[in-house]
This record gives sequence, structure tokens and C-alpha cells, in this order.
Amino acid sequence: MDLVTSILTITIRAGTSLVLATIGEILTERSGILNLGIEGIMLMGAVTSFAVSYYTHNLVLALLVAAGVGAMLAAIHAFLSVTMRANQVVSGLSVTLFGTGFASFLGQRLGPASNNFRLVGLKGAKFTPIIVPGLSDIPIIGAIFQQDLISYSMYLLVPLAWFFLFKTRPGLWLRSVGEDPKTADAMGIDVIKTKYRYTIIGGMLVALGGAHLSLSYTPGWAENLTGGRGWIVVALVIFSMWNPARSIWGALLFGGINAIQFRLQASGTTIPASFLNMAPYLGTILVLVLMTWWEALSKKVGGPAELGNAYMREDK
Amino acid sequence: MKENSSQPLVTMKGICKSFPGVVANDCVDLELYGGEVLALLGENGAGKSTLMNILCGLYRPDSGEIEIRGQRVHIASPNDAQKLGIGMVHQNFKLVDSMTVLENIILGMKDQGFIPDMKKIRKKVLELSETYSLKVDADASIWQLSVGEQQRVEILKLLYRKAEILILDEPTAVLTPQESEELSKIIHRMRSEGKSAIFITHKMEEVMTFSDQVMVLRKGKVVAELPTAATSPKELARLMVGREVLFEIEKKPFSPGPAILELEKVCAQDDRGLAALKNINLNVRAGEIVGIAGVAGNGQRELAEVITGLRKVTSGSVKIGGKDLTNAKPLQVIKAGVAHVPQDRSQVGAVGDMSVASNLVMKEYRKKPLSTGALLFPSRISAFAKRLIEAFRISTPSTETRVKFLSGGNVQKTILAREITACRNLLIAVYPSRGLDVGATEAVRRQLVSQRDQGLGVLFVSEDIDELEQLADTIAVMFEGSIMAVLPGGSADVETLGLLMAGVQPSNSCDRSNS
Repeated sequence: MDLVTSILTITIRAGTSLVLATIGEILTERSGILNLGIEGIMLMGAVTSFAVSYYTHNLVLALLVAAGVGAMLAAIHAFLSVTMRANQVVSGLSVTLFGTGFASFLGQRLGPASNNFRLVGLKGAKFTPIIVPGLSDIPIIGAIFQQDLISYSMYLLVPLAWFFLFKTRPGLWLRSVGEDPKTADAMGIDVIKTKYRYTIIGGMLVALGGAHLSLSYTPGWAENLTGGRGWIVVALVIFSMWNPARSIWGALLFGGINAIQFRLQASGTTIPASFLNMAPYLGTILVLVLMTWWEALSKKVGGPAELGNAYMREDK
Repeated sequence: MKENSSQPLVTMKGICKSFPGVVANDCVDLELYGGEVLALLGENGAGKSTLMNILCGLYRPDSGEIEIRGQRVHIASPNDAQKLGIGMVHQNFKLVDSMTVLENIILGMKDQGFIPDMKKIRKKVLELSETYSLKVDADASIWQLSVGEQQRVEILKLLYRKAEILILDEPTAVLTPQESEELSKIIHRMRSEGKSAIFITHKMEEVMTFSDQVMVLRKGKVVAELPTAATSPKELARLMVGREVLFEIEKKPFSPGPAILELEKVCAQDDRGLAALKNINLNVRAGEIVGIAGVAGNGQRELAEVITGLRKVTSGSVKIGGKDLTNAKPLQVIKAGVAHVPQDRSQVGAVGDMSVASNLVMKEYRKKPLSTGALLFPSRISAFAKRLIEAFRISTPSTETRVKFLSGGNVQKTILAREITACRNLLIAVYPSRGLDVGATEAVRRQLVSQRDQGLGVLFVSEDIDELEQLADTIAVMFEGSIMAVLPGGSADVETLGLLMAGVQPSNSCDRSNS
């Protein structure tokens, strides 16, 4: 029992950044914008929030800075793909390339002189698990109640995002923009503004996901801290069928395999470490392929119909 | 003009709007009074839709003024138009397919709360649908509805927004005669409540039955505005096209040859995996036009796709010219001499972003003299394109103009030119005149007949009963994937065909049926 509980505890910890980023990307993609800049934005969120927490020990400020940086990077993507109507894949990839490189650069320049101006190896303020007395002692379920504040907020964010998307007026507007911007426009919805808004909000959540890695999960800064989680998020969005409520399952899947392989490594298994490190990615991709295949067979509704297409009102 | 309202409800003055290479509206003036139904008549590309898109805030005019109830207004967005009580039912419905009827009705309404009160909305929608007898299932998703039902949702949407001025863009293009009849009742009902309507059309019959006043546009200019009662379809057609239009098309006497297309017990599925064709038996003979009548979405598209190799049959056989081509690849079917004018012009029929010339050679490019098979000869292609442009009177600035900048009629002529040139056996034309004006329609119909007169088989899908009666030697009526009846052309009256199209077997009918 204890083993399961502890694996689940790590699973949630590992999954939090994925859930945040997945929900962010779902909101963005629901507006018809495909943002492949997630990996770069997560890294930028991670490095900037860590730097702030190191110097100020102010976690709120660290999160705000991460969100701000995420918003700025997403705004660049929005400008390129909405206003300039550039190819969204190219624009998103360039955000990732820029974010990855610049985060690495900042990691080598923002640190104190004593550490050769590097951030690697430093300790800043971090989110620590808040253990709910009583509840955390329940076997298995107790794992839910020994997490940090960001994870607790994530519990709230999932149902809220679902409710927002499917039960509120702005949620309906947002979905219509991704499904059929011409119709949304004719019905008086500001398509351009909507795309900007949710690309930016999505970018903020993605950056907060990155901040969770450097402020709680790791904690600290290391080169390529996200380890490709940004790309996993792109896949998890599809796995979630663009539904925030389902984002949890994909994140738990990735986080779970991650937690199990940690356990295995710690127990001194003979399986080479590189295979174990690969397991979460491989497992996630396998499940995704199977799920997508199954969903294609059962002819379920796919993603937003106009995902990735530029919109112009008088276009033919 | 109505006596009861001295001041026009809508005044548009000197509206000009141009798109790259085209002047869509050239100083257009329009007046609409309360309780009036105005028909906007004109050929494709005459600027009717552009003018209405300006009125409903989708396009901005390059110059000109709009007054509503005597007040000068600036309509910068569909929202502004909605506030002024202007609502438009577009030709391509503005409905989000994956959402429900109710969600679509409230879409874009700013005065809905953060969490819309669906109970209240449902109640109000049901009331409206009761009052105007617009029956729809409020919780169905749009993709589950027929085109007629979708139109009702569009009208409900406008009524829900308290629109006083309704703009309908070719409202009956997709309806059965019975549904058109109902629409006409709805419009009359709204007019009696003081609401006004503008509807865009190029069907004379509709102008005569629906409207009080008619305005004719040609090449972006108003050529006439007159009370409907004081004009005739013939006069309107002449005004619209700028010359006399012959409503009759000469045909050689019907003398069919051997069967070119033989379908036996063909079954197929639609994109959603539901049965779209159920045991279709159908023959087309040389020198025969077989018309497929039916409301869109009853398997016509699938029928054409099964023959042309674009869709697999689940059972049954397809023979073309005596050869079994069941589930053959499209190229094999093309090589068997089959030409296809598809339903969806912009998606399947032509590549919008490629030039007219490229689109014209899309079937001939493999062969000499246009290519060696691998290398293309641009000058020969250009000469070939010029020849077709001339022969089919395609109006395009040049052979290199991108097809998406042509009007609907000219896109269709481009496709027809290509297909007819490549046709050696069977021509399949799915709604070839849909959305085309009188002039272009006439040209398309002439081409179909000339193919028949040359001894080819023509399979022709249409919703327009007059057109079917005029062209088809044999009419097969399709409903929900089955052929309801096969009748000799010219023998069936409009009412019988209308009932068959709606799935009702007329009691006095003694024709064979598959259902």
C-alpha cells in the first residue's frame, strides 16, 4: 500500500506541470491556434521563475514573472500566426528554438559571480508539500493530499477550465472560433481578439507548468530541464480530445510511468538507465497511438475543425 | 412601395466596393421600406452578395453611405448590424456544425450572462419556433440536421435577435418545392408583422412569388428597380443578362444506344459510416441524359463518387462501357472515358490557388502534345488553355489568373471545359448549375445536351425540377440512398416529383420502386 501511495504521490508531482501546460494548450488550440512553442515557453518559464526565486525568495513574484514571460512569448506567436498569418507550425517551432536557446543562455548569465554567473546548482525558494493532516494518512487517496500549492491549484483548474469551456458564454465563443471562425465572425465574435487572448492565456499556463518544474518538482535549474515535456504536452492535448477534464489522465500516464521507472532505478535494477529514462516517452506515445487509432475507428469528434489555419474575413 | 411608411427603413447610397481585379459594387443605391420584400436579382458576380455583406457588416464599402430609419450609420461589424436589427442568412449557413441548435442561436449575443440560462433560452426558442412554425430539435447538433432544418435554425437565430430586416442569400437553392412553399409562408408572416426582407436570387419564379419590389444588378451596377407586379420573368431575365435569354434548349430526338453505365445493387457508406446508397440499380445509355432528382444529401454525391472511383462500394457492381470497374482507382475510371463535374467545385473540382491554365490541363497533362509524360510544355499548355477559354467563354483576365478569383459561374465553366474535353464515354455532372446565373446556367445546360447529342451518356444530378424536366430523358428520384422511382423525362409533374423527393410514394404511382 505504501509503495502505491508513494508512487502516486510522485506521479501527481510529475504530472502537475503537464496538466497546467496541457490545459493552456487546449485553450489555445480551441481558438484555432496551434502553438508548438510549448517546449520553449516551459523552459523560459522555468529559468526566469527560478532566477526570481533565487534572488528574491518571493515565490508569488516568481510565478508572476513566469506567467509574464509566457504571455510575451505566446504574444509573439499570436502576432506571427494571427496578424501576419504565418504558418503556425513554423512560427511555433521558432518560438521553441528561441525559448530553448535563450533559456540556456539565461541559465549561464543570470547567476551570481560566485557561481560563475550560472544558475545551475543553486538553491532558491521552493514550493514544499503541504500535508493535510488526517486525509494524507488514507492509503492511496492520501497521495492527493501531500502536494504543493501549485498541485492543489491544479485540482481546481481542471474542473474550472472544463466548466469554462463547455458551460459559459466566453467558452462557447472560444470553441466557435476554433471550429468555424467565419461563422463566429458573422455572429459578431471578435475572432482576432479571441485568438490573441487564448494564445496568451495558454502561454501563461504553459510557462507556469515550466515554473513548477524549477520551483518544486526538481527544484532548481538545469540545462534542458523540461526534458521534452513540451512535446509530450502537444500529444497529451490530442489524447485529451481538447477536453480539460481528460487532460488529467494523460498527465497521470506520463507521470506514472516516470514515477515507476524512478522506483526501478532506485531499487538497483539491471535494466539500463537510458531505457528506463526513455520509458515515459515511449509509453505515452504508444498509448496515444492506440487511443487515436481507436478513436478514429469509433469516429469520435476530433479537434477544432479550423486548427492551424489562418483566418481573414474577406478571404475566399 | 408601401404607403404606410414614408421614410425608407434602409437607404444605401453610392456604395462602391472592389476586390483585387474586380469592381463588385459600382455606386449602388438601394432603398427598402418597412413591410416590404425586395428581391435582389442578378447574375453570379453581379455584386448581390457583396452588397448584402456590406449591409450586414462583414465587408466594408470603399465609399458610400448607409442610413437606417433616416439615421446615418456606420456598420463596421456584424455586431453593429445586429444592433440595428439587420440579420442575414448566408448562402453557406453560418452555423457551427459540431454545436447544438441552442448554442448556435445564442452564439455571439453579448447580452447573454457569463453562464447562459439554457432553460430560458430553450423556452424562448420553442415559443418562436411555435409562432412561426419553424420546427427544429433544439438539442440536436447542426451536422445531424437536414439543409432545410439548418435554414430554419438560421431564421430562428435572426428572430431570436429581434431582427427587423432579414437578408436571405439564395434561400431556396437547397430546398424541396414543399420546403420553399413553407419558407414563402414564413416570409409572408414576417412581412405582415412589419418586418422587411431582402432576398438574393436568380430564380425568376421566386422573384414573382416572394417579392413586392425587385432590383436588378448587372456587373456591380443597378440596371433596374421596379415593382414586381409590373414586370415579367422574361423582362427580368433580359435585364439581368443584358440580352434575350432562351429558356428552351433544342435537343435531338431521343434514341438511346447501348448501356454505358450499369449499376447493379450498389451499396456504399457515407463519411460517417452510415448507409448512403442502398441497392442502387441504374443504367445510363449512350445518347441519354439520366437526371437524378432529390434533395441534396440523399446519396447523390456518394453515387457520383462510387462511379468515379472516389468511394468504395460495399456490395454490388459498377460497369462502364461493359467493363467491370467496381472499386476501380480514379485513374482507371478516367481512362475509361468518364468525366466528373463534382458537387463541391472549390474543394474537389478545382484547385483555387492554381492558375486557370493549370486547372484546365489537369486531366490532359499526362498526354502528348501537352507533355512528354514527365516534362510539361508551358507554351502548348497555355495555347490549349486559351482555346478552351475561348470555346467555353470563360471570363478570366488571363490564363494565369488563380481560379479562386473567378466567379462561381466561371469556375464551373473551367471545370466543365476540362471535363468535357476529356470525356469520351460518360459525363457525370453533380449540380452543375447550382449557384449559377441564367447566362451561365444556359451555357452549362447546352453543354450537357450537346454531349448527349454526340452520343455520350450523361448522368446529371439536380434539385431543380424545371431543369430536370427540360434536360433529362429519364428521371430517377433519390431519397435516403434509394431510388424511389424511375420516370421518363417530361412525363412527371412537379408535384409528383416533389413528393417522391420528400420520400412519399404518390398513391397513384405505378412506377417501380426499390423501397
